[in-house]
Amino acid sequence: MKLTELADLYRRMLLIRRAEERLQKLFADGQVPGFLHLSIGQEAVPVGVSSALSDRDTVSSNHRGHGHTLAKGVDLTGFFAEILGKATGLCKGRGGSMHVADLSKGMLGANGIVGAGLPITTGSALAHKMQRQGHVAAVYFGDGALAEGVLHECLNIAKLWSLPILFVCENNGWSEFSPTDRQLATNLEKLGKAFAMKYRSVDGNVIADVAAAAGKLVGPMRRYPAPAILECRTTRVRGHYEGDRQDYRDAGEIAALEARDPIRLAAEALAEAGAAPDLIAGIAAEVDAEIEAAAEAALAAPLPKSADILADVYTPAEV
Amino acid sequence: MTEIRYIKAVNQALWDAMEADPSVFLIGEDIGAAGGSFKATRDLLDRFGPERVYDTPISEAAIAGMAVGAALTGMRPVAEIMFMDFTTLTMDMLVNQAAKARSMFGGQGSVPMVLRTPHGGGLNAGPQHSQCLEAWFAHVPGLKVVCPANPADAYGLLRAAIDDPDPVIVVENKALYAMKGDLPDAPEARERIEIGKGRIVRPGHDATVVAYGAAVTMAEAAAANLAGEGIDVEVIDLRSLQPWDEGLVLESLSRTHNLVVAHEAVEAFGIGAEIAARMADIGFDELDGPITRVGAPFAPSPFGKTLEDAYRPNAERIEAALRRTLA
Ligand SMILES: Cc1ncc(C[n+]2csc(CCOP(=O)(O)OP(=O)(O)O)c2C)c(N)n1
Ligand SMILES: [Mg+2]
Repeated sequence: MKLTELADLYRRMLLIRRAEERLQKLFADGQVPGFLHLSIGQEAVPVGVSSALSDRDTVSSNHRGHGHTLAKGVDLTGFFAEILGKATGLCKGRGGSMHVADLSKGMLGANGIVGAGLPITTGSALAHKMQRQGHVAAVYFGDGALAEGVLHECLNIAKLWSLPILFVCENNGWSEFSPTDRQLATNLEKLGKAFAMKYRSVDGNVIADVAAAAGKLVGPMRRYPAPAILECRTTRVRGHYEGDRQDYRDAGEIAALEARDPIRLAAEALAEAGAAPDLIAGIAAEVDAEIEAAAEAALAAPLPKSADILADVYTPAEV
Repeated sequence: MTEIRYIKAVNQALWDAMEADPSVFLIGEDIGAAGGSFKATRDLLDRFGPERVYDTPISEAAIAGMAVGAALTGMRPVAEIMFMDFTTLTMDMLVNQAAKARSMFGGQGSVPMVLRTPHGGGLNAGPQHSQCLEAWFAHVPGLKVVCPANPADAYGLLRAAIDDPDPVIVVENKALYAMKGDLPDAPEARERIEIGKGRIVRPGHDATVVAYGAAVTMAEAAAANLAGEGIDVEVIDLRSLQPWDEGLVLESLSRTHNLVVAHEAVEAFGIGAEIAARMADIGFDELDGPITRVGAPFAPSPFGKTLEDAYRPNAERIEAALRRTLA
């Protein structure tokens, strides 16, 4: 991978990391209503996958969706404002962290229902196939979603109908407070085999590997629609949600997380590729400034008006 | 005009909508080669091909969810769920996804999908193939629900549903599929019916029966019986359950001062309960008697003939309800 490319991916990952760290602080200060599921430790997955996608390609996501959303290129201020429940949010403050969407960027929504993004994205892939523009769809889901029935329906239909969809599993080994091996009698690789589907497994914390695998799987789909599975082995650093003390995880597992930090690994790769020492510092300064401006604007933004409660339930009749 | 059956009117609406708009496509179980379990989609695969008519595996959640995703990606899917009882397997996609996408994304887009499904008994199809579950969907903000009572309405409401930018559940009635009615020969003359508007089927002065689906014909029969005794009953076909035509019902009540609500679905916590509650509130001063409801008893829809006959509402029960209201 070229240095400039790697630097760009690093920048995108850092943007997600810093945005979530800012949210973490805002949450601790009581500024974020509701639940907050952070994807710290998983940033390489959406950045790598998005590097193979355009604005016209669609993605959908789950409850841990900040990275997926930001990697798709949504407006940062609108993103912060949404999570703070402000009127200027991407969804006018009606969705929040678990429902951020930006249809103009092909981001069909985070989702509060485990597994729900799967059929939605499968349908989006069907639409792409019918529209014959070479667009594809990608769905992010966790290892926990592998136990949902609808996943199996979608693998089956996507294969039967040769739909251009990338199934991206972020396998972080945890589903809330339960380890994956207590949740699933098989694994995704075997499921992929069962459905005769192209499958690749990568270290989801190594950005170059995720980007290369995503590129290899998505490229051919545009001309010859067919589904593929990308399983990314990754790490959930924070609790299931903010406020989760994680006393169900053992100390050894937590201690090992640092060495697999995707940001750190990307920085090392940059240095190895010959990046000048001030390159990384420069990127960090830019990202911090961008985050600060977006967070400040979102904090200053107005709350939604209670009179708007019925707006957008239905499309207004044309006049 | 040609006389056609209700099921053919559904078929014609799908045909015309697919001719008019290439983004309309069909998705469901056995709807292609087999033409649908009730033949609503007969010949559509031959005419429009496998890229517009998708025979799916038995995967109701995926059918509904794919309709949501395709609708968010610029298409107008029309999904068929073979029996309304099977919509239980689509609930997350309809209730949490289709219904909420527009609102929860701040009005960025909409979900122009239709889900057609037949409800109702009369076929001895038993407890899992006869239910009328429309009240569940009418309870969910973001969904629209219509229920045509005759062939012309089956055509007109389905066309309107397909045109509608928001998700619409079109509830057909199995027992009405063979019902005959007129449809204009010229495609341009076939009309859409506005969602949210009801229709006075039979005008009257003494009492109003609000009905939908199969109960409309039952209400008409009850009205005809009572006419012999000089009791003049107005019958309203709601056509659309969510939104429903509150203005029309209130206006009728303000003339007749007596109200009965009739439907095939279980009476408790049903559409009739909502209408009765609204009219007891905004129409209180107009009422001369109690609002009565006619619906199925609080039991699963039974299989055997004697049981099912006793279970389903009919003209006699609507007549009895009218007498109670008028007493
Ligand atoms: C249908 C449904 N069931 C249960 C939940 C509660 N829940 C939220 S996240 C989660 C675990 C998901 O684990 P995974 O898919 O691996 O994602 P991760 O949190 O690890 O990113 C559960 C059980 C839910 N939101 N939706
Ligand atoms: Mg997990």
